[in-house]
Amino acid sequence: MSLTVDVRHTLGAFQLEASFASSGRLTALFGPSGSGKTTLVNLIGGLIRPEHGRIAIGGRTLVDTDQRLFTPAHKRRIGYVFQDARLFPHLSVRQNLLYGRWFTPPAERTGDVGRIIEMLGLDHLLERKPSFLSGGEKQRVAIGRALLASPSLLLMDESLASLDDARKAEIMPYIERLRDETETPIVYVSHSIAEVSRLATDIVVLAGGRVTAAGPAGAIMQRLDLLPPEEQGQGGAILETRIFAYDSAFDMSTLRSAAGEIHVPGNVGAIGQTMRVRLRARDVMISTQKPEGLSALNILEGEIVEIGSRAGALVELRLACGGEAVVSRITRHSLHALQLVPGMKVFAVIKAVSFDPDSHGATRLRAPLDGHA
Amino acid sequence: MGWLQLSAEEWDAVYLSIKVATWAMLASLPLGVLTAFLLARRDFWGKSILNGVVHLPLILPPVVTGYLLLLTFGARGPVGSFLAENFGIVFSFRWTGAALACAIMGFPLMVRAIRLSIEAIDRKLEAAAGTLGASPLWVFLTITLPLALPGIVAGMILSFAKAMGEFGATITFVSNIPRETQTLPSAIYTFTQVPGGDAGALRLTLISIAISMAALVASELLARRIGRRMDLG
Repeated sequence: MSLTVDVRHTLGAFQLEASFASSGRLTALFGPSGSGKTTLVNLIGGLIRPEHGRIAIGGRTLVDTDQRLFTPAHKRRIGYVFQDARLFPHLSVRQNLLYGRWFTPPAERTGDVGRIIEMLGLDHLLERKPSFLSGGEKQRVAIGRALLASPSLLLMDESLASLDDARKAEIMPYIERLRDETETPIVYVSHSIAEVSRLATDIVVLAGGRVTAAGPAGAIMQRLDLLPPEEQGQGGAILETRIFAYDSAFDMSTLRSAAGEIHVPGNVGAIGQTMRVRLRARDVMISTQKPEGLSALNILEGEIVEIGSRAGALVELRLACGGEAVVSRITRHSLHALQLVPGMKVFAVIKAVSFDPDSHGATRLRAPLDGHA
Repeated sequence: MGWLQLSAEEWDAVYLSIKVATWAMLASLPLGVLTAFLLARRDFWGKSILNGVVHLPLILPPVVTGYLLLLTFGARGPVGSFLAENFGIVFSFRWTGAALACAIMGFPLMVRAIRLSIEAIDRKLEAAAGTLGASPLWVFLTITLPLALPGIVAGMILSFAKAMGEFGATITFVSNIPRETQTLPSAIYTFTQVPGGDAGALRLTLISIAISMAALVASELLARRIGRRMDLG
């Protein structure tokens, strides 16, 4: 299922002019607030009519201003999980969940009610009224409600933004299961690089109402120049790893990736499970010799592939470590002092403590090259 | 306590008042909901005119409203003669006319209460229902209407209470005919106009107070029950 968007729309002084296509399982619309993400999902969901443009899902054209075609929201079959859940206060959780299903002809209903309730952990909440749910529970019901309407696409607009970190951590795994276990592709709006790097298979970067980059998550995340300036420090390579061992004596887990072994604090998951790890560029140090007598646990051997723009105090290096890309952000001063040039063998050094819980998750990354905008 | 005993005519006035008020309330309800929805949710040409017309009975002297009704719905009025000839519906000097007068006098109160409750509904909920496949009509029936229920109940009670007390427009339009158009206020008025009618006037006044209180208590209980169903169930 592919999503094609090419729209132009003015909202007051704000002008959105966005064009992208994605066939990812989870496409993140990423950008700072005011970049036009919500306007874009509202256009896809049919809550706003674009001044000009075309929107299609799969082979189905939803909007084409040239043909004067506009499909109203209730005929689009696009699930929408709003930031503020928007559960119907007069209906129970069960009635909320089944609301959209009631409007779907039996032959077109997808997704098993019992399975989705189980997947989202809602069994014990079914008879409650929304006002008796916590923020995280509300969002889970909202996700289930959207899914049970048998959508051909699921929109999630900053669905976790109103939640505290504990609630976010509670919902993340459900979204991962959604991405990996259901047929419905997801468009996920977020301004959080942690969420995006953990969840996205594809990323569309928005800034000032325009698409500045679009492509597979792995490729976008290591191009710090594509990210908004204030988020560049959060950017970095995404490594696909497998949990190899857990050492209970030191409470450390060992992950294996093509780039080498990585040690992270805590018991992060079951042995053998795949896990996506984000190596923030600013956490990666460069050494020209194999470091010894160093407290940092993670040392990956690689070769400098590319040196970024040399303006300003900071420089990004791209390394190839056993077939995986690793990005490092160092000062231009160090670049000169170490006389780094492309092709040079170096060691990337990462402190294990720089892996915080939101920089890794039990996730699967889409093969880097299959289809992008 | 013999003076509390109601005479047959007095009972007639009580029954008639309840009948007229109930009909006035029920018959104006669909139009009241529709008008409230249009005023709350739609922008159209002449909206402020509609709003003004709806509120007119609140501002005009009731006698004026009654006289206007007499002119239009009376036996020789344009609407009145048309309805009588084509549908056999007669308003003038009938209890139906009393119900019409009461419905019109209570209409602004009903519309106002319902409109406020519709305006208080989060429109985002309606948009969410749309994304789940509900057409605008279904959104109205399954989201807007149930959420506006407390306001609808309040509007109905206000309309009923207004009808129970309506005097000026009714007496001007359909006069004061025992068993046909003599509602409680008209009957009380009649008692005050005859010598020795004090006891009767007082009896009916007490009845009037009792019915109004009962209606208020009933609406309070109903509203609380609806409120509980919405939030605490």
